[in-house]
Amino acid sequence: MAVVDKAAGAVSWVGDFFIGKTRRFVEETGKVMIFFSESARLIFSKPSRFPEVIKHMEFIGNESIAIISLTGAFTGLALSLQIYLGFKMFNAVNMVGPVVALGITRELGPVLTGLIVAARAGGAMAARLGTMRVNEQIDALDVMGVNTKQYLISPRMLAALICMPLLTAVFDFVAMLGSWFLCVKMVQLDEAIFWQKIRDLIEVKHINEGLFKSAVFGLFFALICTYRGFNTTGGAKGVGDATNQGVVQSMVAIIILDYFLTNLIRLYYNIAGIS
Amino acid sequence: MANTSNAVVMRDVKKSFDGGKDFVLKGVNLEIPKGSLTAIIGFSGTGKSVVLKHLLGLYKPTSGTVEVLGTDLATLDDNQLTEFRRKFGVLFQSAALFDDMTVLENVCFPLFEHRRDLKEAQVLRIAEEKLKEVGLDPKHNNKLPSQISGGMQKRTGLARALALDPEILIYDEPTTGLDPILTEMVDNLILSTHKSRPGTTSIMVSHDLSAAFRIADHIAMLDSGRVLLFGTPEDFFNTDIELVKKFVNKGMRHQ
Repeated sequence: MAVVDKAAGAVSWVGDFFIGKTRRFVEETGKVMIFFSESARLIFSKPSRFPEVIKHMEFIGNESIAIISLTGAFTGLALSLQIYLGFKMFNAVNMVGPVVALGITRELGPVLTGLIVAARAGGAMAARLGTMRVNEQIDALDVMGVNTKQYLISPRMLAALICMPLLTAVFDFVAMLGSWFLCVKMVQLDEAIFWQKIRDLIEVKHINEGLFKSAVFGLFFALICTYRGFNTTGGAKGVGDATNQGVVQSMVAIIILDYFLTNLIRLYYNIAGIS
Repeated sequence: MANTSNAVVMRDVKKSFDGGKDFVLKGVNLEIPKGSLTAIIGFSGTGKSVVLKHLLGLYKPTSGTVEVLGTDLATLDDNQLTEFRRKFGVLFQSAALFDDMTVLENVCFPLFEHRRDLKEAQVLRIAEEKLKEVGLDPKHNNKLPSQISGGMQKRTGLARALALDPEILIYDEPTTGLDPILTEMVDNLILSTHKSRPGTTSIMVSHDLSAAFRIADHIAMLDSGRVLLFGTPEDFFNTDIELVKKFVNKGMRHQ
């Protein structure tokens, strides 16, 4: 009987554990969705927060260009080198350019830009809002009659939504320059063929696909990081926890979302009859 | 006091944060007269800050009603509540200044938010007047909060609270963590601000008993989520309630 009781207890504990986790996940998801709908609804409400949007675009977009360019260039170089070494075995080196371009514009561009900007700007958003929360600055805004979501959250979400496709375009462009440098200047492939193959195989829809993904990534990391920062509790430790959770959850969300968005885009192509 | 109406009326306010298992406020009844300077005192953890957050509409009571300037806060939706809060000016314990704005910009902020009819030059002039009113030297106007002392931060916080000429001024533990000289300066600032604005109701949450007796005309003492005694400072000295006597004696001995 004792063994049966222990087994029943263990099963009950495992059940409670998973039910508890699931319930917390559902609750938290619901709270994030409410937070999102409230903040999204306030984006174009009065008073205008246009100067705030510009300020955040400067931080998220302009100040990320250097790091995006650097990582884009080396991603283009590394990816081109690997593909060149692989394709050389099959005597298909002329296809290095288009394969790199496809990989960059559809996958690596939006995903790597999303991860880098989530870590840089998303982390800063969570830390800034968390500090404002624990220092009572958000309470001060509340009692001053300022709608804190409209002032603090909506402009950040809009700025991330606008900046991410622009940064991804920069990443794509610089990565292709990196690829050109490796293929044409370092391993001496024919430059005309390099560009011609890219023109033959890359369509505008491939670039748009990546830009669309990056806009969704921007919205998600801004949502997750502002939610974590805005709801910070517990002083300096709370700010650290909020920043950590915001960045980690944003990165995981970007990777998972990428898979689902890819499938969604395929589905759209099928329905719309786009080959 | 010649008040015929109350700025704040709390009726049997109860508050629980865990679905009714444990109550932080267990039936608070409080009437704060218009134009008074009322201190809310009590031991740590008795619910002083929770009462304050109810007045500001940051918390909703689990049961009971909170009326401020004749308006039941429960009848206001979020937007109306946001608008209603313009009637308050709050000096926070930490001053809660925006650290990316200068002293002057901090005071201008509520004016830019709510007085869009004013030109920039007018806003700046009002902000400079408010800073002068709280005794801050204009040479500090363009400094960031991190570049000025704690006392100056309190003055800036008060100037910001006064910017929109609020009907109710709230001081949340204004002297906590300050040295005795700075404490006296802040107390005098609260008193002079109150006296210079007849009709404005001032509410101070504090555990500094001597300040409460020195500057407040009404005092409410909270204990275990209820108002133990509400009255004038004389009422507190003449009370028979044992816990109040103990609190008063201990508090005065420590000064």
